[in-house]
Amino acid sequence: MIARRLFLQGAALAGCSAAAHPFLSTVTFAAAPGERRLVVIILRGAMDGLDIVQPWGDPRLKQMRPDFPIGPEAGAADLDGFFALHPALAPLLPLWAGGELGFAHAVSTPYRDRRSHFDGQDMLEAGTGADVPLTMVRDGWLNRLLQEMPGARAETAYSIGVEEMKVLSGTAPTLAWAPEARLGLSAQGRRLLEEIYRGDALFHAAAEAALEITAAPPGTMSASAATGAARVREATGLAGFAAERLRGEARIAAFSLNGWDTHRGQIAAIRAPAERLAAMITGLKAGLGPVWRETLVLAMTEFGRTARQNGSRGTDHGTGGALIMAGGVLKGGKVYGRWPGLGEADLYAGRDLMPTADIRSYAAWALAGLFGTARNTLEGAVFPGLTMGENPGFLA
Amino acid sequence: MQFADLAPVRFGFGPSPDQQGPAKASEILAALRGPDRLAARWPGASTAAALAYAQRFHQLKKAASPRGSAPDRNAAEAAFAAHRRLGDQVLIESLQGALARAVEDQTGFRERLWAFWRDHFTVRSKRRRDQPLACAHAEALRPHLCGNFRTLLRTAVTHPMMLIYLDQVTSFGPNSIRARRHPEQGLGLNENLAREVMELHTLGVRGAYRQEDVRQLAELFTGMQVDGTGLVFAPRLAEPGAETVLGRNFGGDPAKLADIHAALDALALHPDTAQHLARKLAVHFVGPAPDPVLVAALAEAYTQADAELMPVYAVLLTHPSARAPRFEKIRQPFEYIATGLRALGLDGARVMALPPRVMREGAYGPMRAMGQRWFGAPGPNGIPEAAQDWISPQQLSARIGWALAAPQLFGAPVADPIAFAQSALGPRLGADLATAVPRAESRPEAAALVLASAEFMRR
Repeated sequence: MIARRLFLQGAALAGCSAAAHPFLSTVTFAAAPGERRLVVIILRGAMDGLDIVQPWGDPRLKQMRPDFPIGPEAGAADLDGFFALHPALAPLLPLWAGGELGFAHAVSTPYRDRRSHFDGQDMLEAGTGADVPLTMVRDGWLNRLLQEMPGARAETAYSIGVEEMKVLSGTAPTLAWAPEARLGLSAQGRRLLEEIYRGDALFHAAAEAALEITAAPPGTMSASAATGAARVREATGLAGFAAERLRGEARIAAFSLNGWDTHRGQIAAIRAPAERLAAMITGLKAGLGPVWRETLVLAMTEFGRTARQNGSRGTDHGTGGALIMAGGVLKGGKVYGRWPGLGEADLYAGRDLMPTADIRSYAAWALAGLFGTARNTLEGAVFPGLTMGENPGFLA
Repeated sequence: MQFADLAPVRFGFGPSPDQQGPAKASEILAALRGPDRLAARWPGASTAAALAYAQRFHQLKKAASPRGSAPDRNAAEAAFAAHRRLGDQVLIESLQGALARAVEDQTGFRERLWAFWRDHFTVRSKRRRDQPLACAHAEALRPHLCGNFRTLLRTAVTHPMMLIYLDQVTSFGPNSIRARRHPEQGLGLNENLAREVMELHTLGVRGAYRQEDVRQLAELFTGMQVDGTGLVFAPRLAEPGAETVLGRNFGGDPAKLADIHAALDALALHPDTAQHLARKLAVHFVGPAPDPVLVAALAEAYTQADAELMPVYAVLLTHPSARAPRFEKIRQPFEYIATGLRALGLDGARVMALPPRVMREGAYGPMRAMGQRWFGAPGPNGIPEAAQDWISPQQLSARIGWALAAPQLFGAPVADPIAFAQSALGPRLGADLATAVPRAESRPEAAALVLASAEFMRR
């Protein structure tokens, strides 16, 4: 099923990290026909798009965020004379120069007003429209894609870590592996467990994969939190692991990066997740080698943050945000999307960046371009209720 | 199914070989009305001690820093390291105390309620210095589990740990005296606590509130701060004037804590809160799609009794819909381990006597592998309720691993696995499991089959 070698390699990189450091929760892989690769990184906690891709060309940004470092004079790299890239993402600048990094600004899911992380993430991962109750949404859009994709081998998808991600959590079977799980069971004990789980669908579905899982030391409390450098190393390691799978059978990888909920002290708080994101993307490029040419990376977040800084030098939950794209198949070096402006009347509800596009339409156009998925499948089954609109044309 | 067989499964931590299940709901309610004997017997971290710990942490950290003034750097570093270890110890001891109370409680319902409300009011210490304070937050809820939700809400929301966790301590009235005197500091609001109070603690995400209500409640909350003694109200940080929350005015000048209490009371008494809590209780204790009649009865009891919780619990324990012998829920990792220890015959005293190593290897670590980190929920919405969120292959594997290791690790080997299956599961012992247990190669594997069985994990 899954080579033990990979387990061990995973153990080496993840160690006790998956649970000890919740920012690396899960990696999900899926095999599919063709050569194109898609990597989805869910940025949990609501990334501040206005800080990562700063519209420094508009002086109102500085007025709304007097304490934030903004634009080239504060160390951000000018991208196109209007937008500048947060300094923590500087390792990605060579990609920008080579046309392998791009953004879409002022995007969001159709989720509005409640600004709840949990509902917002569900919608992003589930990919359904606002027309169905959120409690009805269970499976994820990648999962639905796999069911629509002829020849997709969903059974080779598996995940690492303790938390389950919704992007692949629907009915297509997945294998999951936690580095902290330990099992030492005789063949007879294993057979008997299989028998007693047979009558319970939930346990039966998980049993085979659970019993495949091999020994690793159980988790113990870590004596000290990992340093920033160690976390970046782990992010790089995780990217390398994902890259190895993508060089093999896997065509889709999905994982999440936490830590974006910067309610206070954002200057310091956003640095760590941004550095990890940069390490993940450069790690993917390095690890994928020639396959990078076939790859698209989408880093998506549930919503943006308030245009103004709050009373704690942070930002609160907002609406419009930024999408980060990278990869050899990207027509990069460009900030896509319609920029709504930062004037009082331009803001959503007078406080948030106005979303001018549905972030899911970028994901849908990516799937259409990478895997040839039909538009009616994307709008009907994968993202029910989505209107994809005009192709932004971000694939080379 | 007899109530005595159902009650330990649905409302407690499973059957114990040494205790009878409660025969009637009235026995459980009577136990709840009585004193909290287990908290008295094994007290947990106090808020005062936790605040003192945090202050000492700050001092020792400063002394041990390269810029510190300590004459003996090595001694200062050693003192700081010892203090950090003490914090880890408090965390482990808090898990130990919670497990001891859970296995000892005869009806189990008070301890299940404690777990429910701990999760409802999730906190997590982002800084190590606050680790004991998170434990103290849970302890502070205990006296109010069976009282009025208004008191429980006030206690949970205005506790120093919650004010720190949800950033209230960095929220300032934009027009407060302090903000106006120090415009260069750019002091202003932080909406985090106000939003989660409405979204998670009271009205629910589909409740009748809007962004402006969040904003207004955040303004009303300004002034709540934490110092070395706990919650303090600092009028100089409070936004002047009254705030309008859900159409009602609160506060005015001078700002005072009583106005915040009044708004929390109003939120507690709001019909959407009754619905939200009723549904959440039903989903947690009974099943993922609870009978609307049960939810309505719970909400009705709550509203009728002005947010008193005992009448709500009485409905939960007696309603016919809550007694259906369907077991659609999966025991969350803490519950699973407590239920296992209870089935293995451990009592509270034996749990309290376990060395830290066993607590780490047998409880803290495995719980994390099963997906629940003690005082480490990923967000303020706590841990999941849905069965499928706990039985992914890797989580099931962690449970099977625990089932194999636990009897040995906790010094409670199973001598007669068939009798163990019967006492641990009673009438819920299924035919497949009953057939499989005697066919196991060894006693430990036979016992593991019971602990790892679906019927043992379901409730």
